[in-house]
Amino acid sequence: MRYKAEVRVTLRRDVLDPQGSAVEGALRAMGFDGVERVRVGKWIELWLEAPSPADAQSQAEEMARRLLANPVLETYQLTLKEAGDDR
Amino acid sequence: MTGEHREGVTGLPNPRGEVSGMAKFGVLVFPGTNCEIDVLRVLRDLLHQDAELVWYEERDLERYDAVILPGGFSYGDYLRAGAMARWTPVIEAVYAAAEKGRLILGICNGFQILTEAGLLPGALQRNRHLRYVCGWTHVRVERTDTPFTSAYRKGQVLRIPISHGEGNFYADPDALAEIEKRGQVLLRYATPDGQLTETANPNGSLHHIAGIMNKAGNVMGLMPHPERACEAVLGSEDGCGIFASMIHYLTKGRVFHVG
Amino acid sequence: MSASLPLWAVLGLRQEEYLKICEDLGNEPSETVLRMYAVMWSEHCAYKHSKPVLRRLPTKGPHVLQGPGENAGVVDLGDGLALVFKIESHNHPSAIEPFQGAATAVGGILRDVIAMGARPVALLDSLRFGWPDEARQRYLLSGVVAGIGHYGNSMGVPTVGGEVYFDPAYSGNCLVNSMGLGLARREEIQRAIAQGPGNPILVVGARTGRDGIGGAAFASQELSGASEADRPAVQVGDPFMGKLLMEALHELYKAGGVVGVQDCGAGGLTSACVEMANRGGVGMEIDVLQVPRREEGMLPWEVMLSESQERMVVCLERGREAEAVRIFRKWGLEAAVIGVVTDDGVFRVKEGARVVAEVPVRSLADGAPEYTPDAREPAYLRPLRAFDFARLPEPEDYGDVLRKLIASPNIASRQWVYSQYDHHVRLGTVVGPGGDAALLRLPGTKKGVAVKIDGNGRYCYLNPRRGAAIAVAEAARNVVCVGAKPQAVTNNLNFGNPEKPEVYWQFVEAVEGMAEACRALGTPVTGGNVSFYNEFEGRPIYPTPTIGMVGVSPDVERHVQPGFKRPGDVIVLLGQPEGAHLGGSEYCWVIHGVVAGDAPELDLDLERRLQECVFAAIHQGIVTAAHDVAEGGLAVALAEMCIQALPEARGCRVTVPLGPGRADGQLFGETQSRVLVTVGREDVERLRNLALEHDVPIRLLGEVTADGRFRLAVLQPSPKEGAALGRSLIDLPVEALRREWQEGLERWLVPGGA
Repeated sequence: MRYKAEVRVTLRRDVLDPQGSAVEGALRAMGFDGVERVRVGKWIELWLEAPSPADAQSQAEEMARRLLANPVLETYQLTLKEAGDDR
Repeated sequence: MTGEHREGVTGLPNPRGEVSGMAKFGVLVFPGTNCEIDVLRVLRDLLHQDAELVWYEERDLERYDAVILPGGFSYGDYLRAGAMARWTPVIEAVYAAAEKGRLILGICNGFQILTEAGLLPGALQRNRHLRYVCGWTHVRVERTDTPFTSAYRKGQVLRIPISHGEGNFYADPDALAEIEKRGQVLLRYATPDGQLTETANPNGSLHHIAGIMNKAGNVMGLMPHPERACEAVLGSEDGCGIFASMIHYLTKGRVFHVG
Repeated sequence: MSASLPLWAVLGLRQEEYLKICEDLGNEPSETVLRMYAVMWSEHCAYKHSKPVLRRLPTKGPHVLQGPGENAGVVDLGDGLALVFKIESHNHPSAIEPFQGAATAVGGILRDVIAMGARPVALLDSLRFGWPDEARQRYLLSGVVAGIGHYGNSMGVPTVGGEVYFDPAYSGNCLVNSMGLGLARREEIQRAIAQGPGNPILVVGARTGRDGIGGAAFASQELSGASEADRPAVQVGDPFMGKLLMEALHELYKAGGVVGVQDCGAGGLTSACVEMANRGGVGMEIDVLQVPRREEGMLPWEVMLSESQERMVVCLERGREAEAVRIFRKWGLEAAVIGVVTDDGVFRVKEGARVVAEVPVRSLADGAPEYTPDAREPAYLRPLRAFDFARLPEPEDYGDVLRKLIASPNIASRQWVYSQYDHHVRLGTVVGPGGDAALLRLPGTKKGVAVKIDGNGRYCYLNPRRGAAIAVAEAARNVVCVGAKPQAVTNNLNFGNPEKPEVYWQFVEAVEGMAEACRALGTPVTGGNVSFYNEFEGRPIYPTPTIGMVGVSPDVERHVQPGFKRPGDVIVLLGQPEGAHLGGSEYCWVIHGVVAGDAPELDLDLERRLQECVFAAIHQGIVTAAHDVAEGGLAVALAEMCIQALPEARGCRVTVPLGPGRADGQLFGETQSRVLVTVGREDVERLRNLALEHDVPIRLLGEVTADGRFRLAVLQPSPKEGAALGRSLIDLPVEALRREWQEGLERWLVPGGA
């Protein structure tokens, strides 16, 4: 079965996010006064073959844990769905 | 074998790198590494050491007394600096070498790889001002009783260049406290007279950390490029002491206490 | 675009060109063929408007190993070493997407150097933007600088110098010119040639996608507000891939069997293959199905014209294919045999068995008509040159003027820019960014290579002939100021639409001026790039010829820099003793908001003597600091030497003897052929003798002090016979000047600044 995993990597809450601060400042400067806080992260899409959803889930978890996010700085959220021909 | 032991002896290695004795160095090359030739030049031509390049697919580092992970952009620094190099075959061999007490030195991207690999604590995130930064910095030597810094005086300020986009040292408060308590910080960004001011910190590193070692004292990582500060004609010779210390440790088997 | 237009017109060809194509082919071209012609005969690839004029440049010299016509020029450095260098523009792509536009500029110029068989050792960049009070200009600058760093840093090639200037003339069309230098042993030099019928043609590196199709045509149009929408897909540079490609190619060169190499630049595979075949006088057959692709469903012409980055075409000796594939695979790259050299002089493109195009190589590569359009002196010149500078109010506070000038974004420290570039990697940088020129040591010798990139659009706007000559003279002077002898030039000619007679006149004049200066200074032109159509909504940029000058230092230990070294040293002005050239000066622009007058006069003979004198003085070891007098004139040059002084030599006391006329012109005017040097008191006589020997005027202005103050007085000729009046004009703490200089550019760019 073909699956698509979407991994959202964000900085841990306690880690300074200078990109987020810069974007926040820029948005305010553009006149978006209502902006309260901005966090910038990464969005990773990947497609994989796996025998079962559970297997796909655990493979994707391991990828995220070992490579896609660095636990010292980052956390991740993972969503998985069947992919079909979607690219 | 650890870095903190043994009595002071005479024969302090000269920080300019006038060393006697020869050690065998492996200089790792990952796809995208770009400072390997510079490190090789310093080790071979200036310090007359036995040094060679080691391709990242190598699985055995037994033959080297010391392993250097040089700077560059392994895997283009894509995803995170050092993240992908950390999963290459040679890293298993680096673990083994570290385990055996061999000296491991990670410079810039090499430091990033060592933190990604968990051989050194913390992480290096994007510079606080978000820009890549290249230029001369001053770093203060915090300890001299280690295999990497014995050529220096405690508190000595070294002029060494940096060149990185992700050199902002981070560790969570507990980990940072631990690093400090164990005296793992070897170099801090400082003013030329050794003050830890905000402007002397080029990238936002916590506690001004420029270089640290592991608990055992045989693995060091630093963001500045000591190999770029080994010849007066290039602006400084202060970086040579790192290599000189390593050579002295490897050939004389001891560390020198100074100051 | 209108559907009623024939395809050749849509593709930007003229009717006469279309007819010539039909004539060359003997029939009407297919769409594939026509599209290939449209790219190969675009201004960008064919130099239709510039070729006849460029022939006026001197290109030969005893040390020139390779002049124009290859991927890059080559000069002999002695000791078996050769220096490869070339400049290229990426103006339009950078105006649209500054980060990728600049990154791919760097990637392209590095591949040109690599294709010559050399190891890239240095990069420089010449940048122009509108005035930084516009947010868009700051955005462009930040993006371009980050993009240059992104590519160069990752490749491990130091960016050792460059220049950046701001003027409203570049608001709608920024300039990004990138220069690359490489080193090789003489016998390692490669050519961009295909030879030997039966020899295989390979494409190596990245896969081919639809990126940048029509990029060459895009570069050959003026920019407009609409450009953002109808641009071709932006090319994205991948420096990681670029680095692997460089390493793999060098391994391949070492293995041997390489006949020729060329980068896939503008015009993609078509241009690389056709130019290689043309140089070799052969034909070539390419099968597009063999080209590794990144996207599905690409048409033959899309494959042939894609400008996907990080690809090169290699012609190998037969039988070497497997080894090449192995080497590239080791580096994680593809190398695919896509065709073969033939002996029929035809460029044949096939899709499998089906022939989709058959064109004579010569026609495609060399057949574009040359144009010599009308040239007419622009009407703006006469009134501008007649400008009466006496109308400008004389400043009351000269110190205030100096502070403002030194903080001008055109004069202030460029550290914000160059700190984003790795300028130390490779352990060769003896003098890096911030010096008059960069100086690199040559491994295994005492020698060094000096390099400078220089241009002044304002001078060229006022007088293209003299402005271009000044760019050459000043670049050479800068090279001399670090202790090197100028050797050769690469140029990037950035102009507006050459079909406008005024623009074409500027172009012809500039090339003439450049040719004169290159001849006088013995620095032939080994190649370069022409970038036309630099206009925005019909307004051309300042004519901006950029000069990349290389020189050789016999002994890098003998280099000097601008900063004062020792208190007590004597400050000496060598060259034009007097002058008050305000035309096109930074002073007139910053203080009075005026760009007018004529470019400063230039005496090329004095210039040559001055350069020889400074070179000799540096290599006799008597000069402790040297600095070219440029933007901001004498006062700014002195201030820069103070600001960059060693801490113990931070100050000066000088007295400038004035000629007739106002002090502002004489202190801030940009009179040419002047170098400030410092020498020890004991060496003043030796310097005097040298100056005499070279017939160079010499003037002692004062001394270096340790008191941290910049003191400048003038000696005014008094109305009374024989007497002169001394008058202190500027007395400021150097620290105050340093802060202005340090923050002048950053203030615009760092949030929280002005």
